[in-house]
Amino acid sequence: MEKGKGVLVRRWAIDFTDNSTTTSSRDIPDPLGYSRASQDQDDSAVSKQKKDAESNWKAQKAWEVAQAPFKNLLMMGFMMWMAGNTVHLFSIGITFSALWQPINALQGVGKVFEPYKDSKVDILTPKLLFIALNLASLALGIWKLNTLGLLPTHASDWVSSLPPAQDVEYSGGGLPLR
Amino acid sequence: MAMVLRLSLFLTVLLLSLNPSSALYDDQVGLMDWHQQYIGKAKHVVFHTQKAGRKRVVVSTEENVIASLDLRRGDIFWRHALGATDTVDEMDIALGKYVITLSSGGTILRAWNLPDGQMVWESLLQGSKPSKKFLSVMNFKMDKDNIIFVFGGGCLHAVSSIDGEVLWRKELTTESLQIQQVFQPVDSDIIYAVGFVGSSQFQTYQFNAKTGELLKQSVAAFHGGFSGEISFASDDILVALDATGSHLVLILYQDEISFHQTYISDLVPDSSGVERILPTKLTGIFALKTDSSVVFLRLIGEYKLEVVEKINSAAAFSDALSFSEGQKAFGLVQHVGSRIQLVVKLDNDWNSNLLEESVEIDPQKGLVQKIFINNYMRTDKSYGFRALIVMEDHSLMLLQQGVIVWTREDGLASIIDVTTAELPVEKEGVSVSKVEHNLFEWLKGHILKLKGTLMLASPDDIAAIQAMRLKSSEKSKMTRDHNGFRKLLIVLSGAGKLFALHTGDGRVVWSLLLPSLRRSGSCQFPTGSNIYQWQVPHHHALDENPSILVVSRCGLGSDALGVLSFVDSYTGKELSSLSLAHSIAQVIPLPLTDSTEQRLHLLIDASGRAHLYPKTSEAFKIFQSEFPNIYWYSIDAEKEIIRGHALHSNCGLEETDEYCFNTRELWSIVFPSESEKIISTATRKLNEVVHTQAKVIADQDVTFKYISRNLLFVATVAPKGDCPIGSVTPEESWLVVYLIDTVTGRILHRMTHLGSQGPVHAVISENWVVYHYFNLRAHKYEMSVIEIYDQSRADNKDVWKLLLGKHNLTTPVSSYSRPEVVMKSQSYFFTHSVKTMSVTSTAKGITSKQLLIGTIGDQVLALDKRYLDPRRSINPTQAEKEEGIIPLTDSLPIIPQSYVTHSLQVEGLRGILTVPTKLESTTLVFAYGVDLFLTRIAPSRTYDSLTEDFSYALLLITIVALIAAIFVTWVLSEKKELREKWR
Repeated sequence: MEKGKGVLVRRWAIDFTDNSTTTSSRDIPDPLGYSRASQDQDDSAVSKQKKDAESNWKAQKAWEVAQAPFKNLLMMGFMMWMAGNTVHLFSIGITFSALWQPINALQGVGKVFEPYKDSKVDILTPKLLFIALNLASLALGIWKLNTLGLLPTHASDWVSSLPPAQDVEYSGGGLPLR
Repeated sequence: MAMVLRLSLFLTVLLLSLNPSSALYDDQVGLMDWHQQYIGKAKHVVFHTQKAGRKRVVVSTEENVIASLDLRRGDIFWRHALGATDTVDEMDIALGKYVITLSSGGTILRAWNLPDGQMVWESLLQGSKPSKKFLSVMNFKMDKDNIIFVFGGGCLHAVSSIDGEVLWRKELTTESLQIQQVFQPVDSDIIYAVGFVGSSQFQTYQFNAKTGELLKQSVAAFHGGFSGEISFASDDILVALDATGSHLVLILYQDEISFHQTYISDLVPDSSGVERILPTKLTGIFALKTDSSVVFLRLIGEYKLEVVEKINSAAAFSDALSFSEGQKAFGLVQHVGSRIQLVVKLDNDWNSNLLEESVEIDPQKGLVQKIFINNYMRTDKSYGFRALIVMEDHSLMLLQQGVIVWTREDGLASIIDVTTAELPVEKEGVSVSKVEHNLFEWLKGHILKLKGTLMLASPDDIAAIQAMRLKSSEKSKMTRDHNGFRKLLIVLSGAGKLFALHTGDGRVVWSLLLPSLRRSGSCQFPTGSNIYQWQVPHHHALDENPSILVVSRCGLGSDALGVLSFVDSYTGKELSSLSLAHSIAQVIPLPLTDSTEQRLHLLIDASGRAHLYPKTSEAFKIFQSEFPNIYWYSIDAEKEIIRGHALHSNCGLEETDEYCFNTRELWSIVFPSESEKIISTATRKLNEVVHTQAKVIADQDVTFKYISRNLLFVATVAPKGDCPIGSVTPEESWLVVYLIDTVTGRILHRMTHLGSQGPVHAVISENWVVYHYFNLRAHKYEMSVIEIYDQSRADNKDVWKLLLGKHNLTTPVSSYSRPEVVMKSQSYFFTHSVKTMSVTSTAKGITSKQLLIGTIGDQVLALDKRYLDPRRSINPTQAEKEEGIIPLTDSLPIIPQSYVTHSLQVEGLRGILTVPTKLESTTLVFAYGVDLFLTRIAPSRTYDSLTEDFSYALLLITIVALIAAIFVTWVLSEKKELREKWR
């Protein structure tokens, strides 16, 4: 309420300290003795430095992101070990999340490295690492699925769905009617 | 993570709570099952109406049931079903409080207490040879005891009615003596026994009733000879037919025997074909049955006879009933158009009627067959009469004061065969008001249920919930339901009547006394034998009504001509009937249908010719294409031969009949008749569906079941062993079981159980056989299982080949390829003896199987097939345990909760039928005998539907509450966010 009153009291305000370049137009001549170019040059030097730092930082970040699934992989492994080899809700949940996470990550691989995209930064290797780690994670999930017996790798999995063979001949009869 | 854990825990709990238990709770009785009690066709009736208040009638029936019925409503007070061989011969009442029954060919005399039906005493009477049976209760005025005179087994016994002690016994078994009547004139101490010696001698005996002393014995010869039975003309005159059947012989027997003949045609001018004298117990009047009418004759003077009345329609008359001092009445009932007329007359005055009533009667009940009358005192002190009438369809009804007070459909006690029919599909366009009404009712019902689950319901509410559950209109609707629980059970009764019972509540939807199963001029002894599904439209011909085929024949011999009737399952009208020109020895429903979904049937006649039905060219064309693959086999249980036949050529006899085929014998299996006797056979049910041919065993290994429709199980015993248990030693008896391929005659398996004997009950399903027999060495019943596996397909184990379809698992198999089979078998002890055995069947065959065992206590026990698994061992491995193999025990467990009949009994259990429903987990079980029982069981629990007591209201309320909560929290968060923004 206090704030509301304050808001009500202040009717309008002009901020004179606004120096954004977007608002100041190039139509208005520069003041005397002010050289924009020199400042720009100066700025460019600074920005170059900055850009370098940034790309370094980006590269570093990209590597970090690329290595993130590894931690995930370890955690998944631990959880799978915890879940055991019998089929129940918990183990199925874990296994499916283990499958779904890497697939999801692989689908969004472009997006994940979008912020670190730079002409100077080489994001291909972190990308490859990222993909490899995720594939490993996926493989882990599939391996888990197999140990749970949910992969159709046995003959029994394929035979069970087959209908029984028909008899060619048909024979009826039995004891005579009473 | 914690969230996931909690969620999974919650879901697990939810899943567990959805699993219903296999047993029933008290309040679930009657929800899915119904039970109907019957007694069968009444044979003897004793009224018990002396005391005020309890008006009862005791009935003994052809199903060997003794029952006490309430005269007001026809309900059963008490009931006893005697065994199938313990036929009730006579029944009477003694001391005013005991019902006396004579049964088992006149050898067992029992007294039952009238109010509660407890057996008071039982006497075994010694008899030497089979004879006629008579029972009379005599009351000595001065004594407190009533003496019961029993004639049975050629002996006359006097038995005390207090304790059943035999007072004296006289044997009447001279050479070729046949006692025809044993009787005792009223107020006399003399018992007469009269009979024939040879064909022309007449003999009488007179006994002192108190001491059994033979007072007199006399013989007289009658040159004309006798035929048929002796009946009473009056107290001192008997009447019989002579050997030619053209003369009536009056016999004066008391002092000196004298005969007097009367030519029947003199009395009854147009009497052609006199059949017999009907047994009456009237004085001075007797009845003569000719082939078209009943003639009543009266005795006037010593030997003169006159015709009193001639009744041309079907009629029945009762015994004489003495209702006041010295007065005797009898009832006569006859058909007048669509009504029946009951007349009660005094037996000495034919012209006046004490009572005359007529009542409209359902034409489906047929003709009257028996009548029993009883008198009561009206309020104005006059005599009234009530009559119990037995109809042609075995129904029993009480007629009193011109109305039918109650009717019992006792024809349902003698079911011969059962089949099922679907109900009509629900028509579209249900009116809106009905839906709204239903919706309101639905909501109300569910709110009530919710109250019940939340323990908020008052006792009234609980009662309302229970009533609502029991008579839910949902289960008794006349349309097909989504789950396929509602069907029609079509049953054929021993009286030749078809009934359609609704599976929901067991009511009779329609009934039809089949015209082709009624006695007529062309068909003297029609016997119904089987019913089959004739037309089951479900794909192409949905607009046609389904129909069933009733197979019957005219006569008792195997060469009697057959009659086919086609009956519409929806309306119960006979569509058509065919009198065949050939006999019917076997009916083989073929696995072929024509374009209107009529099933093709092959009828085999006594001379081994096959006839195809329906006789249409389309059916013939379909049949022609399968002609070389159709075989049939016959079992000759007398000669111990099983023969296999193939169809050969068209019958040579008549050129016109292209639907008739000659057959030729392909193979035969002759059992050595000195050591083996066929006692039981079993085949797979025609409509059984098998889901998979593979059986997955431990470690993902797979074995292949040998699934063949043409499998026959035969059990033989040593000829000595075909007798009741206990009369042979283990060394003398053995049991041999065979599994035979009925196409090639190949014996797939043969196994001998030494020291065992029958009776054998067996079921075949999928690739296994289970059979039940008696082990003489262990003195216990045993059950064995044989599982058959196909070794020739065992190498189909390459995943890649299976994946690419390079296998021969679905190619049709010929029996001539001689598949290599492997048998596994195991035996277990079983506590009960078994009356009948069946197996559950489901729509797709995925659900695991249960054996349904009709126990000797007339209950149905469900036993998991898992207990009968040859792979059971004492210490199963971990993998086997995971697979669900139960450790081996020597006997099969009987879990009290697994009785599907729970606390009820199906008296006289004869058969169990299982009907798959559309819901895969569920199957209907219909058990029939004297009683009927139907229930719904789920062998693997109802995994594919929510349970009946699932609270939809709770679910709905939860959803609504959750949505409300979401909305409220959304509004709150919006507000908070706004506040944050203004901060």
